[in-house]
Amino acid sequence: MSTYSEPKITPELIESHGLNSEEYDKILSLIERTPNFTELGIFSAMWNEHCSYKSSKKWLKTLPTTGECVIMGPGENAGVVDIGDGQAVVFKMESHNHPSFIEPYQGAATGVGGILRDVFTMGARPVAAMNALRFGEPQDHKTQHLVSGVVSGVGGYGNCFGVPVVGGEVEFDPRYNTNNLVNAFAAGIVDTDAIFYSEAKGIGLPVVYLGAKTGRDGVGGATMASAEFDNDIEEKRPTVQVGDPFTEKRLMEATLELMATGAVVAIQDMGAAGLTCSAVEMGAKGGLGITLDLDNVPVREENMIPYEMMLSESQERMLMVLHPEKEAQARAVFEKWELDFATVGITTDTLRFSIIWQGKEVANLPIRELGDEAPEYDRDWIATIVDEEPKRDLPQTDIADVMLELVGTPNLCSRRWIWEQYDTLIQGNSLQLPGGDAGVIRVDGHKSKALAFSSDVTPRYCNADPFEGAKQAVAECWRNISATGATPLACSDNLNFGNPEKPEIMGQLVGAIKGIGQACRELGFPIVSGNVSLYNETNGIGILPTPTIAGVGLLQDKSKMAKIAFAEENQQIILIGAPKNWGSHLSQSRFLEEIHGDKNGPPPPVNLGQEKANGEFIRALIGANLTQTVHDCSDGGLGIALAEMAMAANMGATISQPPGNDIASAFFGEDQGRYVVCVDKDQLQNIMELAQKSGIFSLHIGTSGGETLKLGNARAISVKQLKQRHEGWFPKYMAT
Amino acid sequence: MKSLIIQFPGSNRDRDMIAAIDKISGTSATLVWHKETKLPKADLIVIPGGFSYGDYLRAGAIAARSPIIEEIRKAADDGVLILGVCNGFQILTEAGLLPGGLMRNASLKFVCKNVELTISSTKNSFTRRYKKGQTITCPVAHHDGNYFADKKTMQAIKDNDQIAFRYANGTNPNGSIDDIAGVLNKQKNVLGLMPHPENFIEADHGGSDGRPLFEGLLEAVK
Repeated sequence: MSTYSEPKITPELIESHGLNSEEYDKILSLIERTPNFTELGIFSAMWNEHCSYKSSKKWLKTLPTTGECVIMGPGENAGVVDIGDGQAVVFKMESHNHPSFIEPYQGAATGVGGILRDVFTMGARPVAAMNALRFGEPQDHKTQHLVSGVVSGVGGYGNCFGVPVVGGEVEFDPRYNTNNLVNAFAAGIVDTDAIFYSEAKGIGLPVVYLGAKTGRDGVGGATMASAEFDNDIEEKRPTVQVGDPFTEKRLMEATLELMATGAVVAIQDMGAAGLTCSAVEMGAKGGLGITLDLDNVPVREENMIPYEMMLSESQERMLMVLHPEKEAQARAVFEKWELDFATVGITTDTLRFSIIWQGKEVANLPIRELGDEAPEYDRDWIATIVDEEPKRDLPQTDIADVMLELVGTPNLCSRRWIWEQYDTLIQGNSLQLPGGDAGVIRVDGHKSKALAFSSDVTPRYCNADPFEGAKQAVAECWRNISATGATPLACSDNLNFGNPEKPEIMGQLVGAIKGIGQACRELGFPIVSGNVSLYNETNGIGILPTPTIAGVGLLQDKSKMAKIAFAEENQQIILIGAPKNWGSHLSQSRFLEEIHGDKNGPPPPVNLGQEKANGEFIRALIGANLTQTVHDCSDGGLGIALAEMAMAANMGATISQPPGNDIASAFFGEDQGRYVVCVDKDQLQNIMELAQKSGIFSLHIGTSGGETLKLGNARAISVKQLKQRHEGWFPKYMAT
Repeated sequence: MKSLIIQFPGSNRDRDMIAAIDKISGTSATLVWHKETKLPKADLIVIPGGFSYGDYLRAGAIAARSPIIEEIRKAADDGVLILGVCNGFQILTEAGLLPGGLMRNASLKFVCKNVELTISSTKNSFTRRYKKGQTITCPVAHHDGNYFADKKTMQAIKDNDQIAFRYANGTNPNGSIDDIAGVLNKQKNVLGLMPHPENFIEADHGGSDGRPLFEGLLEAVK
């Protein structure tokens, strides 16, 4: 037996647990005595920003979370959405930002592991993954190292686990120099009558620990993720967990096998704040107490104290409440997969969270209050001041030169270097791989259904105007899903921001949540899961506000699906949804940023009514087999959209000269709600009339075919040359 | 066709293989857990892709020492057809059932993409439905597919027509010697290959060049 004396509770110790004096006073009044060291740790784990959402909860409550297809909204391990035929899709996006900066490989890997676990904990076998990555500027000395580590980590975990990556985002900006973002998404499919939840039911039932052993890794990880970084960041490396995808794969198989036996009453994976958070969640939701005996917890290190065991974030672990009569059967399943299985506790009617260690009670806390009574702040906030549209007198630019320049910039070039390191084909259901508008997979076992996935946000828009920027993030996700022909069902929000204690940062968060709420409501695209990552700041410099939206859509008939590549020569190209002058909004565009170094002005506004009408029209066209080629206009505007369509097909196009003198705005303006669509010549008239009848702006702008892309009067650019520029940057950057 | 699919704890393309066999042959393959010590009688034994035991050290090295491998060895000696794809190929070389070995990709990175393959040999039960010299498309997805064999072995497998697939047209994704993508044993009843024919069997996959491999097997076991 170890000799162990607990540290004294001092103001310094309290502060180092991320608890302020007000919060500590609240603890005192809740438990009516001084907490011991273990209890302080438990409170800090439950009440930190990461677990308690104390700064964001007030505003998150305003988001629309219900809808016809929603089976389970936020609050469980992941959201659940009905896809018909007795099946549902279970999905969530979650950040693993702080760990991925400190230790990029393991940080990213365990981010993927965490989100996969959230999905299979609900009984769903994961079928698709995405990742939204944001890094500092390419020339920053750490960027290349972080890209390399994060990408290998995402791949290393997901490839071994066996889930296809179907999409994602990669972006570079100096504002992420010391706080890169890793937002991982996973989706799984489950039968609607076999969904598992975390609410414990029944008194005197065994609480069982499953999976990997507990070590000291990640102790205090959630608290670390709830604070700003400073120059001592290297010291935080021990708080990063280490991932083992082989164990995760076995844990999934064993969990799904166990669920099929009917033994599972409730289940919760051990994520942030490990054993503490999972036990409290199960008990609090079920209105039960839980007693844990730590002497039964499988450990991989010697002399671990209760504090460490309760706060460890060792990966690949689960907690379950089981039907006692099936315990032996359950044990056999886990032994088959060579995983730990230990009865570590029991459900009680006391509503207390009691921890036993070496025969003595080392913590006894009210279980509901740990979760429900967590502090909730109405933090001061200042609305972001949005720039007026500046007057600009831009020098004339050669459209062909600009095009060649833009396709080879870090933010618009091909991401092939990254996604070829991910298994995009495993499970054999991938219909659209990364590089298109949305990733699409078949619903295994169904004759025609498919699911579409997209992850989107334009942080520079959100920085200029959090409200419009967040609307745009939702709209673009919805648009990308629509562009494949799929009907958008619901989405997950992953809100990445700086320090919420600063009113201007809180203002960004509030503005963004309002924008998301409005867009989700108007587009009928509810939020069913999500995650908030705050304190993405180092030495006082915060990231661009980054509310990532990851959405799911349902395609009833995969034979009616559109892709971005030009499909045939001599098809007619129509621009759908541009109200005036092809394109007009240049402020916050990639064109202005890259070509003129101008980052001023407001982002393009999103007209949600028009957005919805345009998307419905596009889906109707695809559904009627009138088009197989659709691409939305986003970063880089119409010009980049056309170039991407040409490069994906190795086929050019001839586009007419836009009206007026402002050709740069026509081709590179980033007006929202627009799609490029290709149709057969004999259908052109019909479709233009259909659009007019539906109140949709449409414009015939050109014809596909040939080996060059010719934009109006600009010189023709060979698709081959475009492709060289587009594919060139990433491998070259990573090789130097 | 009676097929067995060997399931190691980290196998992850076992389901893809079951689906391919089912779609092409209309028969359902039987999953065999790696701890089994007796194999049912079968026409075909498949070791599917994945990360058998996590493969943190040398891919397939631990799996190649599991008891079931002895059963597979006996089946191979009896002339049963044995197919190892990706991790299965790695396991078969580690077990000595196939010549050579598979090292980390020359790029040191995992690679998943479509490559082109030349059919180098057709006088066997696996590639009989292809034409010799034919070029096909097939996806790869691996971290350790860099095939290597010493000079003597290379000479022997060439002389004995044991090279089944070669990467073609500059698409070698891993640095394999002589562009080798798949090899046979001396008796031609054991094939290992890095590409995944099971993921390229229908229009939804973007092509079906992997299909003739399964069709050839069906024909061979009739």
